[in-house]
Amino acid sequence: MDKSIGRRLFLAMDYALLALIALLCLAPMWHTLSASLSSPGALNANKSLLLFPAGEITFKGYSIVFANASIWKSYLNTLLYVTGGTLLGITMTALGAFTLSRSYFRPANTLMLLITFTMLFNGGMIPNYILIQKLGLYNSAWALILPTMVNVFHLIILRTSFQGVPVSLEESAKLDGASDLYIFLKIILPLSKASIAVIVLFIAVMHWNSWFPASLYIADRAKYPLQIILREILIDGSTNMTSGGANASITMYKSLIKYCTVIVSTLPVLAIYPFIQKYFAKGVMIGAIKG
Amino acid sequence: MKELVANYKRHKMIYWLTLPVILYFIVFSYLPMAGLVMAFQDFSPRKGFLGSEWVGLTNFVEFFTSSNFIRVTKNTLALSLLDLLFGFPAPIILALLLNEIKGRLFKRTVQTVSYLPYFLSTAIICGLIIDFTGSSGPLTTAIAPLLGKSGNLLGMPEMFRPLFVSTNIWQMVGYNSIIYLAALSRVDTDQYEAARIDGAGYWKQCLHVTIPGISSTIIIMLILNMGHLLTVNFEKVLLLYNSAIYETADVISTYIYRQGILNHDYGYSTAVGLFNSVIGMLLIITANYISRKYSETRLF
Repeated sequence: MDKSIGRRLFLAMDYALLALIALLCLAPMWHTLSASLSSPGALNANKSLLLFPAGEITFKGYSIVFANASIWKSYLNTLLYVTGGTLLGITMTALGAFTLSRSYFRPANTLMLLITFTMLFNGGMIPNYILIQKLGLYNSAWALILPTMVNVFHLIILRTSFQGVPVSLEESAKLDGASDLYIFLKIILPLSKASIAVIVLFIAVMHWNSWFPASLYIADRAKYPLQIILREILIDGSTNMTSGGANASITMYKSLIKYCTVIVSTLPVLAIYPFIQKYFAKGVMIGAIKG
Repeated sequence: MKELVANYKRHKMIYWLTLPVILYFIVFSYLPMAGLVMAFQDFSPRKGFLGSEWVGLTNFVEFFTSSNFIRVTKNTLALSLLDLLFGFPAPIILALLLNEIKGRLFKRTVQTVSYLPYFLSTAIICGLIIDFTGSSGPLTTAIAPLLGKSGNLLGMPEMFRPLFVSTNIWQMVGYNSIIYLAALSRVDTDQYEAARIDGAGYWKQCLHVTIPGISSTIIIMLILNMGHLLTVNFEKVLLLYNSAIYETADVISTYIYRQGILNHDYGYSTAVGLFNSVIGMLLIITANYISRKYSETRLF
């Protein structure tokens, strides 16, 4: 391979550019981490990107955040919604993907057409809002879980994957008298573990990040998911929920509390990130094969 | 029909297993579509769909003749088009840049770091944006000399679009590049060999082997993006905008949200939503038609 001067120059610039991109991606998070350990006074006076904590390192912000009952309560709620929503979601999606992928199920193609149509056209925000009210789901966790149970895109991905399971396996089981449910649970599912894992991941992340439905349908503070509390602290800048007492000092800690909240609520995701990263990459691939 | 009955009798269980999924789509997809009749009513939840007064196209006329129509449509299109114009090529360029790197450790590090922002939730991303662009935020400080003024960036109408689009790129570029990197790894190495023998330099190889090699992926992603042209990341707008910058930041969905959810003007906001859905559907169908006509790839 020849290494002309032009090529070398290009490679040098390529490395430099990529390093810059990586730094740009990392900088806001590094700043957040540094800020969360800063002393409140120095942080409030700071106007630029922090490479190191401003002032003396303190854990004061974290102790305020950890003492905040709303955060923990909403953390638990989110775990509940993520678990429930994911279990129900993957069950329904896999079930639909299974039956709709069976060649002997006559109405499958018509149903698929009707289901795909909902990707192109939908009722929109207001009819959905009215529907939830009419169904009596307002202020209930079901309002967060039921409407998003089956995502058409996920259904299509799983259906394609199930169609890839060799028919011969199914036929020999049928000769032995196996039922459809048996084939689904004992043959199709075990052979499609990778795609199932990817869809589980997609559903779980969707529920973890979701805040808008909760802002519409959940009125009771005790049922708020984490993202709603995050919105209160980060976007609305509310601090009234943090240890009621000394108001003057709370204002001083406002910035610090924000940064600590970001870290506390992101840490679990970043902790499992290395383990799920390959699934995400895989998921993008599966999703793209059949767009 | 007879055939269907016979098929049901033979495979009863399959039908019963599908029932919950069918019910789900009836209740949560098709019922809301039926709810679109509100667009032609002066809807009141107390009177219901049957009791509310029918007003024909009044809601639509009201929307199309209001100054809001131009503003929200323009803003929605501007944000989507800018997002497409800058956000679409960005991951392709990143993938091409990464593809030239032979050092595995460096490549993996850059990749891993660039995926990270994707894992932050919308609420956190917006919280960070608000903080960075506040009157004493690091970003404000950094670009104040360029702007010639300082202060809360999200309070300046002219800053909303650049901030919205650039932060979208920041969050999505790494993750979106995965698909192109995978496509790049599938490009036939023999073709590079052949191109080299023909005397093609690296630049020519990129132009005549690499880009054509991933063009079908690029086209699929482009159609997908064009289909979603009207669905700007509405939740992000909702968290970032404020009444001082409605002239550039208010989009169709946020307008629906304010009129419908906050002002309880259900009929009117449903009409605006219906307009949005219909245009969205037409966009997807058009994108699909174009791609069907000019390339092998299509969505449906």
